[in-house]
Amino acid sequence: MIVGSQKSIEEIWDMVKDFKKVLVFGCNTCVAICHAGGGKEAEIIASMIRMKATQEGKEMEVKHAGIERHCEPEFFEPAMEEVKTYDLVLSTACGVGVNFLSDLVGGEMPVYPGINTSFYGGVPKAGVFTELCAGCGNCILHLTGGICPVARCSKSLMNGPCGGTNKGKCEVSQDVDCAWYLIVERMKKLGTLEKLSHIEPPRNWSSGWYGGPRRVVVEHIADLEEQEKKEA
Amino acid sequence: MKSGSNLERVIASGQPAVTAELGPPMSADPHEVQKKAQILKGHCDAANITDCQTAVVRISSIAAAVLALREGLEPVMQMTCRDRNRIAIQADLLGGAALGLKNCLCIAGDHQKFGAAGKLKGHPGAKNVYDVDTTQLVGILKKMRDEGMQEGGDKLEVAPKFFIGASWTPMGDPIDFRPINLMKKVNAGADFIQTQGIYDIEAFRSQMEKIRNMGLHERTAILGGIIVPKSGMMLKYMNASVAGVSVPKFLIDRMNKAKSDAGDDKKKAKELQEAEGIKIAVELIHQVLETPGVKGVHIQAIEWETAMPEIVKAAGLYPRPQIPEA
Repeated sequence: MIVGSQKSIEEIWDMVKDFKKVLVFGCNTCVAICHAGGGKEAEIIASMIRMKATQEGKEMEVKHAGIERHCEPEFFEPAMEEVKTYDLVLSTACGVGVNFLSDLVGGEMPVYPGINTSFYGGVPKAGVFTELCAGCGNCILHLTGGICPVARCSKSLMNGPCGGTNKGKCEVSQDVDCAWYLIVERMKKLGTLEKLSHIEPPRNWSSGWYGGPRRVVVEHIADLEEQEKKEA
Repeated sequence: MKSGSNLERVIASGQPAVTAELGPPMSADPHEVQKKAQILKGHCDAANITDCQTAVVRISSIAAAVLALREGLEPVMQMTCRDRNRIAIQADLLGGAALGLKNCLCIAGDHQKFGAAGKLKGHPGAKNVYDVDTTQLVGILKKMRDEGMQEGGDKLEVAPKFFIGASWTPMGDPIDFRPINLMKKVNAGADFIQTQGIYDIEAFRSQMEKIRNMGLHERTAILGGIIVPKSGMMLKYMNASVAGVSVPKFLIDRMNKAKSDAGDDKKKAKELQEAEGIKIAVELIHQVLETPGVKGVHIQAIEWETAMPEIVKAAGLYPRPQIPEA
């Protein structure tokens, strides 16, 4: 899932203070699970803004709402009429959601980010979220025991650990596991350590963001959609 | 000869090679590099010019290497994967070769957040690159040198003739993988290897036995790393905090004894510890060179280049061999 964390109320206030009618708009999928920007968090942020407005003597109408997903148009449909009545939407969806809604309203109103979008991660235990994938567009997890060196090695090394591994931890921080330490231990257990003898050549990073913004088209679905539109 | 560098010639002669380390200053003044080069000159076969070690900005390795070369010291330019993508790396390799550099050590480079762990501020908020890793970088150098070709496939009119080096941490975690790690660098084309500092000779020898069984010692020149200890505190710190370095207790005890022998005299404590440090370094040099499969030593007297002449002489490695260019 996409993991995010809330912005400070000071930063949020700085964004919203000059607007009269603000909607704090939550997304109930990924960012709700990491307690950053679901409908419940949107409600809390809205009340914090109201308190701040009272403190600062600003007259401001602040409401909250939430929908299931901010990355597909059909989820917005029932809410859009109301959304458009506000001066500002403070979206607590991930960055995808902020962009998506911003494109959807097309400049009719501003859409600002209520959270910081951090990474694609998992929940190893309650309240802890860790980065597990970099969305590089060229998955090699079959070669590394299911542990991603692109996302989990601080240097995205492809051929083994650097000299900075210290008692299984990364030189960057004692809180960060050395991905290559984990990979080697996992591959030993799987009995596939010899796979790591092969030299991985320089990567073609263009499948990732470095090749420019990406787009995936599933042609038969796109064609079907087109067909249905024509028939209608 | 692949590069014809002095280091390559000494290694080819079969005599134990000696490399040293020269850390460029955080300054635009060339004099410190020149001064250090004059001290090291004649006491090593080549000196590594570090490339913004610990991710702190200093004179670039290439520029400082050229300054050293002008002083008559053969440099080993260092190239980290941290700061440059393959375009900048190859451009700098061509530039370095054009300026007369003949040795290049490929390293990952300390992470930029690592610098923030020390006394200096560094640039922990910098964006890193890591487009290629060390093994891949070694392969790029080899392809440029031997095939006259860039990584992307474009031809080079004149190939850069580097003697290609890589680092190796023999006792780093995960220890069973370290021999494979070395093998990959050798398979990629590393002509010489400089290891992380060795204090635990037994552990090093056990790793070297694996390396000999793999035949790697015949395909690359392994130079054992010697970090000259300056104080008991430094040894204790390295044992606790430096990745892949373990220091046997008796060595720490020896340094601590040197300190306590001086009583309250701080100046004397420093002198006695430095003298003991040099003694330990010389002993380690002998033990490393006696290890089968080792072709030389890489001596790091960190910010203490003045200790090099005495160490090299005491180790019986002076004068350095003069091998004429073929």
